[in-house]
Amino acid sequence: MSTLEEIIRTHLQDSRILLMTHLVLGYPSFEVNREVIGQMVQNGVDLIEMQIPFSEPVADGPMILKANQESIAKGARVEECLQFAGEITKEFHIPFLFMTYYNILYKYGLEEFINRAYDLNIKGFIIPDLPPEEGREYLDLVRKQDMAPIQIFAPTSTKERMQRLAENGAGFIYCVARRGVTGKKTDFDQDFNEYIRRCRSATPLPLAVGFGIRSKDDVDFLTGKADIAVIGTETIRLVDEKGAAAVGPFIAGLR
Amino acid sequence: MIKKGYYGHWGGAFIPEILYETFRELNTFFEDVKKDQAFWNEYVQLMSTYSCRPTPLTYAENLSNRFGGARIYIKREDLNHTGAHKANNVMGQGLLVKRMGKKRVIAETGAGQHGVATATMAAKFGFDCTIYMGEEDVQRQRPNVFWMEKMGATVIPVTDGSRTLKDAINEAFRDWVSNMDSTHYVLGTVCGPHPFPEMVAWFQSIIGIEAREQILKAFGKLPARVYACVGGGSNALGIFQGFMQDDQVALVGVEAGGKGLASGEHAARLAGSDASPGVAQGYKTMFLQNSDGQMLDTHSVAAGLDYIGVSPILTDLWEKGRVRFAAATDSEVMDALELTMKKEGIIPALESAHGFVQAFKEVQNLGKDEAIIINMSGRGDKDIFTIANAYGDPSWKEFIIARAEQYKK
Repeated sequence: MSTLEEIIRTHLQDSRILLMTHLVLGYPSFEVNREVIGQMVQNGVDLIEMQIPFSEPVADGPMILKANQESIAKGARVEECLQFAGEITKEFHIPFLFMTYYNILYKYGLEEFINRAYDLNIKGFIIPDLPPEEGREYLDLVRKQDMAPIQIFAPTSTKERMQRLAENGAGFIYCVARRGVTGKKTDFDQDFNEYIRRCRSATPLPLAVGFGIRSKDDVDFLTGKADIAVIGTETIRLVDEKGAAAVGPFIAGLR
Repeated sequence: MIKKGYYGHWGGAFIPEILYETFRELNTFFEDVKKDQAFWNEYVQLMSTYSCRPTPLTYAENLSNRFGGARIYIKREDLNHTGAHKANNVMGQGLLVKRMGKKRVIAETGAGQHGVATATMAAKFGFDCTIYMGEEDVQRQRPNVFWMEKMGATVIPVTDGSRTLKDAINEAFRDWVSNMDSTHYVLGTVCGPHPFPEMVAWFQSIIGIEAREQILKAFGKLPARVYACVGGGSNALGIFQGFMQDDQVALVGVEAGGKGLASGEHAARLAGSDASPGVAQGYKTMFLQNSDGQMLDTHSVAAGLDYIGVSPILTDLWEKGRVRFAAATDSEVMDALELTMKKEGIIPALESAHGFVQAFKEVQNLGKDEAIIINMSGRGDKDIFTIANAYGDPSWKEFIIARAEQYKK
């Protein structure tokens, strides 16, 4: 069992559902990122994915797309993101993951990037445009360092496909709640329940559910079905509209 | 072992999981039709009745005499329905969509030619159609937007990123991950995740098959060189495939040199030294990107060449030395265009004119007993606003001002 999965399983003994949040590094600024992370950790967030911005974020919806573009336009560099991540993992003692697109790793040098992330105490990676067929080397390198190459399930994935993905994964499985990109509402209906049952039967790994989770009602609905609720776009929207200080109360009200 | 969808180091299918099944299905259908001679026959038949295939190979006698070297032949893809080689790929994919039973098509477009071609195909086959087009390209190619809408397509201007072709591709993918059950993405060029490079190259190979037969008939032997402009690379691969096995035929791809390779404002991936290996938009190729892997803004007077990446198939052929690459600047393009119009009464698209530039530079070094072919991927009359503006044509300006005044009333 990977270190990340062990940490998740330990937390799950005290909590029926864990919270994972997301932010885009450098958006609106690294200072605000730091404040937001502080608010999240103080209010009980269990894991955080830090997105290293990429100019072509095809899996992301308008809100996160804009955050990626503005971060780059303001001059955020990959090196700056990595240094910032190192400071954050020293200051806050929850698991942090990198979310980004494959080109960021590829251009940096795959092995160099993974080793650097290990040195920064990053626990795993979410790379939505790197299916296992294209990521053999990546999977081997990440697992060798006892980090988790998070695999993604989608409502369109067959059970056989899910099993294949899970064999390549570690830490937890990121279940995309619906078709489409990030930041749109999800209807948690009967189809969704069947999908989660399918996910559960395909793997013993903890299940995180993301895409369109915005409220306590959504988190309540997932409790007992999934292990981790992922809040992505909603906190970015909140910071845009009300500032970093609004994040703490929002997180505190989710569980 | 070579992995499926790879050309040397290049290509692949870097797709989000949500599209895995969609691609599996697409691959299955494509593999089936590739083996099915009846499908290809149906395609050729369709192109000979709905479009103008085979397109002629025109001997450009006046241009040949002007340069005094090899004979210049022009493959007339401009005479396709909708005025460009884009129709080939689109009608082929349209037949495939019918087989797959999908009811809606989406496409990206740069110059607008691929969008117009997709809109015609959708109208003919009764599909719903949405076209994504960078806002900057909507401005550059407004007449094409008009025609797409008239044929029933919805045109969505893309306001993200550099607001050009790459951003239109991203938006089309975002649409597809939401609507893959009903929708096929008609990717317009030999880029993107497998099987698109192979599939689009297959449909476009009709250009090279015809051109090889035509030059042998007209000239009695193979050409010394074949020139084609390269944005994504679909027209180039289309004609090059006809001569790939003929080692004596040099294949020359011409990229957008924009304001010059040293200016940084260009879209030359393989002719210049600014590009590096990367993975974006679902495939691995040489991209114009910075040292972090962020894609750069590109520039070309020709919207259809204004793109960060290039076909993985062409990158492989470049690496192996089979295809040579050159770049033509915006101003060289305007000169070549003017010369071609004056000497031959032929109006190449700004994209296609890039191929003419390099051919004109080299043709006098070849003997009179040789021939070259330039692939004229599309016609230039669609570019009237851009071309008239680039020439600073005074009477056109007066006309536009007068027309605008009329609309104000």
